[in-house]
Amino acid sequence: MTEQAPALILLIPFLTSILVAMIGIAYRGICWYLALISLAGSVCASFTTLIRVLDEGVIRYHMGGWAPPFGIEFRVDALNALVSIAVSVVAFITLVYSKERVETESPNKVSQYYTLFLLLITGLLGIVLTGDAFNLYVLLEVSALTSYALIAMGPKRATLAAFKYLIMGTIGASFYLLGVGYLYIKTGSLNMFDIQEQIVANDLQQSPTILVAFILITVGLWIKMAFFPLHAWLPNSYAFAPTTSSSIMGPLVTKVMIYVMVRMVLTVFGPVYTFEVLNWNEIVVWLSVIAILASSIGALAQTDLRKMLTFLIIAEVGYMVGGTWLANEAGMTGTIYHIISDAFMTLCVFLFAGIIFAKTNRRDINAVDGMFKKMPMTMIGFIVGAFSLIGIPPTAGFFSKWYLIQGGIESGNWEYVVALLISSLINAVLFFRIIEIAFFGRKPVEGHDHHHGDLHSKICEAPASQLISLWGTAAILLLIGLYNKDIAGIIQDFLLQFNLATGG
Amino acid sequence: MEFLQHIADSFNYWIFIILMMIGLYAMVAKNNLVKKLIGMSIFQTAIILFYVSIGYKENATIPILSHALIHEVHHEEAGHYKEAVQEAHHDEGNAAEAAHAAAEYAAEKAGKYLEHSDHAILDINPDDYVNPLVHVLMLTAIVVGVATLGVGLAITQKLYGEFGTVEESEIIEAIKFEK
Amino acid sequence: MTDTIISFTPVLAALVSLIAVIPIALLRKKPNLREIATFAAGIVKFLLVLSMLPAILSGSKIEYTLWQILPNMAIEFRVDSMGMLFGLVASSLWIITSLYSIGYMRGLKEHSQTRFFSFFAVSLSATIGVAFSANLFTLYLFYEMLSLATYPLVTHHQDKEARTGGRTYLTYLLTTSIGFVLPALIFVYLKTGSSMDFVPGGFLEGHIGAEAALLLLLLFTFGFAKAGIMPFHSWLPGAMVAPTPVSALLHAVAVVKVGVFCILRVYSGVFGIDFLCDLNLGTIITWIAAFTIVVSSLVALSQDNLKRRLAFSTIGQLSYIVLGMALLTPKGVSGGIMHIAMHAFGKITLFFCAGAIFEATGRKYISQMVGIGKQMPITMAAFFIGSLSVIGIPLAGGFWSKFYLLLGTVEDGQWTMLVVLLTSSLLNAAYFFPISFRAFFCKPEDSQFENKVDEAHPCAVIALATTALITAILFVYPEPFFSLAEAAAAKFTNP
Repeated sequence: MTEQAPALILLIPFLTSILVAMIGIAYRGICWYLALISLAGSVCASFTTLIRVLDEGVIRYHMGGWAPPFGIEFRVDALNALVSIAVSVVAFITLVYSKERVETESPNKVSQYYTLFLLLITGLLGIVLTGDAFNLYVLLEVSALTSYALIAMGPKRATLAAFKYLIMGTIGASFYLLGVGYLYIKTGSLNMFDIQEQIVANDLQQSPTILVAFILITVGLWIKMAFFPLHAWLPNSYAFAPTTSSSIMGPLVTKVMIYVMVRMVLTVFGPVYTFEVLNWNEIVVWLSVIAILASSIGALAQTDLRKMLTFLIIAEVGYMVGGTWLANEAGMTGTIYHIISDAFMTLCVFLFAGIIFAKTNRRDINAVDGMFKKMPMTMIGFIVGAFSLIGIPPTAGFFSKWYLIQGGIESGNWEYVVALLISSLINAVLFFRIIEIAFFGRKPVEGHDHHHGDLHSKICEAPASQLISLWGTAAILLLIGLYNKDIAGIIQDFLLQFNLATGG
Repeated sequence: MEFLQHIADSFNYWIFIILMMIGLYAMVAKNNLVKKLIGMSIFQTAIILFYVSIGYKENATIPILSHALIHEVHHEEAGHYKEAVQEAHHDEGNAAEAAHAAAEYAAEKAGKYLEHSDHAILDINPDDYVNPLVHVLMLTAIVVGVATLGVGLAITQKLYGEFGTVEESEIIEAIKFEK
Repeated sequence: MTDTIISFTPVLAALVSLIAVIPIALLRKKPNLREIATFAAGIVKFLLVLSMLPAILSGSKIEYTLWQILPNMAIEFRVDSMGMLFGLVASSLWIITSLYSIGYMRGLKEHSQTRFFSFFAVSLSATIGVAFSANLFTLYLFYEMLSLATYPLVTHHQDKEARTGGRTYLTYLLTTSIGFVLPALIFVYLKTGSSMDFVPGGFLEGHIGAEAALLLLLLFTFGFAKAGIMPFHSWLPGAMVAPTPVSALLHAVAVVKVGVFCILRVYSGVFGIDFLCDLNLGTIITWIAAFTIVVSSLVALSQDNLKRRLAFSTIGQLSYIVLGMALLTPKGVSGGIMHIAMHAFGKITLFFCAGAIFEATGRKYISQMVGIGKQMPITMAAFFIGSLSVIGIPLAGGFWSKFYLLLGTVEDGQWTMLVVLLTSSLLNAAYFFPISFRAFFCKPEDSQFENKVDEAHPCAVIALATTALITAILFVYPEPFFSLAEAAAAKFTNP
């Protein structure tokens, strides 16, 4: 079994999705359980794979037994293994959360929902695991098509947002495909590792074709990950989608795209080409600074809770793009660590937004009015996520900022450090605004002679499945923070082979 | 003159770029959602043309061996074929060499098979055939494109059902009005 | 002389009040049991701290590594003389404040008392955590925890004023800690690549140049805004909207002293006195501190709201401590450290009195307190003793710390600073004595009190009498704070 673990990670949800599609029409109740079992299997397989990678080094899994460069190869190293764990765990938690929500939000489409959900996860896991550039495009589209459908399941405004997302997503993916075409012209290979070898072996680093390929792939991925100013599709899509859909896509889709970018930079083009031959480091870091500041300020202007969170996602994308182009080990460690921690942070706050929407049927921030009294447990879970996004130790968010700032200082990109700090402060303002409303109610009470005391607060918590998933995420955030030495250790060992700059 | 020559030499690229720009323009600038989708189709088709054109060689033909004999190679020999591929890969030769070796090996096997079946020995040269890989890739890309178009049309239909129009500006107007 | 004892006690001392939150929250429907839980936690905490005192006095250190969080960096606890002094002050005053809070909160029938006591306990955990931190990272961790845990206390009244105060509070504290301290922290970590452990002689020397040192020093000094150094002081008067026990323990002792303590730690443990001396950086800090002392004393004179006057007085007194440290002489440093304790007991008494007056009469303004001495003699007597201590006049503990600070300026030949300290003492006298004087000696027709007013809730009176008594006793017998401050100063100046 462990031999096949890398393939099982995505085959299990894939086959289950077909099963759910067929059985689910007749037996609606069974869908959730099937999906749950399959994702549990996926989580186990991801962990098995990581353990194997740590024991034996890189795993090369040949799909159908065909050897590369002809066959499709899954080449699993520490980077994919970590990200695949993050993806499968986030998916599992969201699924737990979805149980009641799907039945209330789209009661007639339960089996369709879970089919799409599992296909989305299959696509994302495939993107993470595959070692074939063209295969990645196909999986990119698999995940994208399912996301369009998942978003379009929402109310009216979501449909239009889904359409816009479809147009932008197709442009992004097509750019990527075009870039892969250019790479293929020069290297005659689609295998990511083979491409890198060909570039080095045939001394293609000065070739304009490779440059065009790099630009097309990077811009395509920037569109897909909503890097400011190519982000316009994201806020409305995630803000108006069904809460379960946005809880799975908000944390995962952009983060997986960041993973692809890191993979392209490290494995396909190689850090030497990206950071030394091209040397656009300063420009891209400045772009990311603009992205971070603009989207943080954008978040300040929002009154819709989920829309505000979507702007935070865009800011975090800026963190990671900038972190990659800091071109040193600390920055790259921070980026990869942030892929994982940000997936859970975003999940935590999106789950909270979903719970609030379910309770109050309101989208605006004021919906949390007095929630500390009504749902203390939910609020505690949310606060952990909020603190992580602000970057308060010992949550995960603090440590990703720690590495990113370290990278910024080492490479001398002070503007990036300042942008990160300003964005942290803006996050603090955003979340304390929510906490204040939740704590004290929206309207300030004049005078302090109201003695409504502890005894009269009526507690009405979220359903157990939603609460468990929120608390699970919060616990994971703390765990990632506390065990960051081990996670960062794995990442740093992985990065050793790329000879990135270290030290001050 | 040189410039024209340059264009003529790489006219396939120019055509795909022109098509792509037409598609992109329609996707971004058109107000009608269906027209946007048509633009998207043009855009994707341009990329498919680009891929197919890069697999083309002068005086080459479609990559089907005569009598389609390659399909009939025995299982045993198919195993040898794979081994040869793996060998070629392990020998640190680059992919082009590996592909060449594999093709030669396959041709040899096919030839032997033909010998057994009392047919004339065929001289199989990889240069005679266009690159088959891009075609396979584009088959997949076409499927993806069709699927995207399908989802796009389904969403458009849903929008039409909800707003009674497929003009983007009117839909936005309606959303504003609802607020 | 410097043996190191590995013991879990410091961790336990920090955690005990955090754990106490659970019984406090569970017993929310039984106020009496809940208060017993608070007391039990307070007493256990104090005893735990006290149990480490003999070892510290004999020159040992107590250490415990809780969690290795980054390579070279851990959540680590270490108790030394200065930490011990601060730990003793904070934990002993928590017990007394709890007593006072019960009187105050019940007397005023405040709402959400469970929340109040829970977050109070969390704040104390963070305070002791800061006192016993072994490295910069742990210090930062607890520093942030304290900012966040005190926010619900500041905004306790939940009215508009409280929310404005709470916002100011968080804005100032988080902006400075994330904006200044965090980058400084990472910079130090990068430059030294070390565990950032506090070493008596500092560890920065040789790693950074003079300009970087100056920058870092300013980042840390202003970054720990809890110390209220101008211009990052306005959160403190804003935070006075909190219930008085909070103002008393947190904004006269725990929170503000944590700020000063952090600055002291960084000066002594990160830069090292010698390094600061070599670069002559102490002078800059003394001037900044002197500016804060004089300006805040002048502002205090103009305040009519008693708590705001006390707040500005606190800002000035905190800068005394920073000034003492920045003198970089043994006497100055020990005076500064001693002032943490002496000022704590004096100022908490004053706040208790202000709270007691508010509880008994509902009056906040000094102009309304003429003649109050006849109505509330115990409270006003305690107020008098407290003000003596803060001004630095014999018969109260504050005299000793101020005496040492003055000695420090003389030792270093910093005559300007001597003048600053003396001027400030005069100003202190000018804003404290009239209150006591007019409370006791006013013409009957000037008295603002027509009817007889009783003393506040007995719990509150007992609390303020106790702290006043301790303040007076500290003049006669300033141990163990005296020895601890001396030992700490000796270690810092002669590593």
